[in-house]
Amino acid sequence: MSAHATADRIEEVPAASASPRPRRTWSRFRIERRTLGILRWVVIALFLVVTLLPFYYMFLLSVKPIEALLRDPGSLIVAPADFTLETYVEVLAPTSAGGQGFSSFLANSAIVALSAVALSLLIAIPGAYAIVRLPFFGRKQVSALFLASYLFPAIVMAIPLFVLFTRIGLRGSLLGLILVYIAQTVPVAIYMMRNYFETVPESIEEAGMMDGLSRLGVLRRITLRLALPSIMATGLFVFMIAWNEFLFALLFLVDRRDQWTVSLGLSQLSGSIEVPTTVLMAGSVVLTLPIVILFFATERLLTGGLTAGAEKG
Amino acid sequence: MTPTLVIVVAVVVVPVLWSVLISFQRLRLIEVGTANPFAALTLDNFAHVLSSGGLWKSLGVTFMYTAGSVLCSVTLGLIAAMAVRKPFRGRTFVRAAMLLPYVAPVVAVTFVWRIMLNPEFGIVNEFGQNVLGWSEGIPFLSQATGELDVLGATIPVPTALLTAIAFEAWRYFPFAFLFIMARLEAMSSEPEEAALVDGATPLQSFRHIVLPQLMPIIAVLVVLRVIWTFNEFDDIFLLTGGAAGTGVASVRVYDFLTVQRNVGAASAQSVVLALVLVALLAVYLLLLRRRGERV
Repeated sequence: MSAHATADRIEEVPAASASPRPRRTWSRFRIERRTLGILRWVVIALFLVVTLLPFYYMFLLSVKPIEALLRDPGSLIVAPADFTLETYVEVLAPTSAGGQGFSSFLANSAIVALSAVALSLLIAIPGAYAIVRLPFFGRKQVSALFLASYLFPAIVMAIPLFVLFTRIGLRGSLLGLILVYIAQTVPVAIYMMRNYFETVPESIEEAGMMDGLSRLGVLRRITLRLALPSIMATGLFVFMIAWNEFLFALLFLVDRRDQWTVSLGLSQLSGSIEVPTTVLMAGSVVLTLPIVILFFATERLLTGGLTAGAEKG
Repeated sequence: MTPTLVIVVAVVVVPVLWSVLISFQRLRLIEVGTANPFAALTLDNFAHVLSSGGLWKSLGVTFMYTAGSVLCSVTLGLIAAMAVRKPFRGRTFVRAAMLLPYVAPVVAVTFVWRIMLNPEFGIVNEFGQNVLGWSEGIPFLSQATGELDVLGATIPVPTALLTAIAFEAWRYFPFAFLFIMARLEAMSSEPEEAALVDGATPLQSFRHIVLPQLMPIIAVLVVLRVIWTFNEFDDIFLLTGGAAGTGVASVRVYDFLTVQRNVGAASAQSVVLALVLVALLAVYLLLLRRRGERV
């Protein structure tokens, strides 16, 4: 903040004491500063419109009946007479009641995402801690492998997992999907938390040990408490990956409607003509809303956790 | 430590090796339940994948798609990060809003894009016809080649592919934005202040002071985005299903698996894809090294 204030004060100097300089330099500086000053707001406004419009459109279409959309497709508002929440009722109601069964998809997504978070953290916390604190052979190589796994295409991993899960009979079950999500997120989770564990000073842990704590006690009572923000950030990140995932849900669950996640359900139903677009938009809102709420509530925490280590450039 | 190592091996090494193994075996989708990892090896899958002309076409599409998306998303991310660099009221909200396309579920955003671009009742075509005076709706996602009149000349444009690239740019600019912003915040302001005192204009200062400091992170972003876009499946599959000239290589893997029901060929195609990517990255790293930059 203070650095910017200083910068602003300094910026006025060339303009004020410009008389001894050639006029050309003075005017170029002023022109650029003015133009960029205005352009900056134009750019921000444009970016906001472009990023937010699709989300607004999603919400807009979800609260009007399909007839209203077809009558006036260009409308960017919903007339009070048209406003309806029937779309949400229809999309959430079970198929037996004439709905689309999204509430059971929601339950499936929640089970999968929450289990993936819990199990993934359970594996990643000791793993990350071990990489940071315990000396062992090939420590560097293991970290590199973690990163390498992040770079491998999901579709390459998908085929052997597809074969394996078919053989052991886990394809078509939520458990199989949870296992895949754990496999996909553990490397990232370890990588993210490793960065934080490194910032916990070893001397604090040593002090704990001097006071008679075991290694596990130190981990539980000191390090984990200090690293709690990073654990939450990692957990949120895993939740988002699991909640948003599509390819594996499609490969594993496509012929088991009762096991569909929200993402899979929406993608499958959006191909059919029987379900009105506005009802599916309500489904999109149902799918997107938990993520948007979570994200806005934890934006600082999450972006900090993601870019940790990037500052060093 | 052993458990972590076991997990890494189980999660990363085994699937990759197994994938390579399957690509050398005859395996149909119906036989998957009884697949034998030690079945006889064959080169038939690679022959099948390499001989059909589809491979080169799909790789060409993948190249264009990757180059276009990475270029656009990183450039947009850079512009956005520079625009919100100085503090202003509502900056936190603007930053969070700009990250939304990246965090929102891919199925939901592709669905909204499909409806927005719908030629009959989509808002974009409605706007184009009523405000911009288009004579008819543009089928953005189902038209392989459209014609654009520029100064009397008619230029063919790959409509659906360009739309998919625009979608990628929209969805992934926040990723570049996030990392460039983090770098900008950590940057020391002294060199810029010194340049200001020396009379550098804002653009000169950006070109000669800010941009060189951002180059390392931009290089990393480009590599990451190239890797991920090259293997991208969800976005294209959900937007166009790989139709209308957008059949990238990963969609072809999926087609081998589910339409032709040939697991071996699907595996072979994905191995070819991974190899091309590795070659591409090797060239990139070599070029960087030759220019004397360290990554």
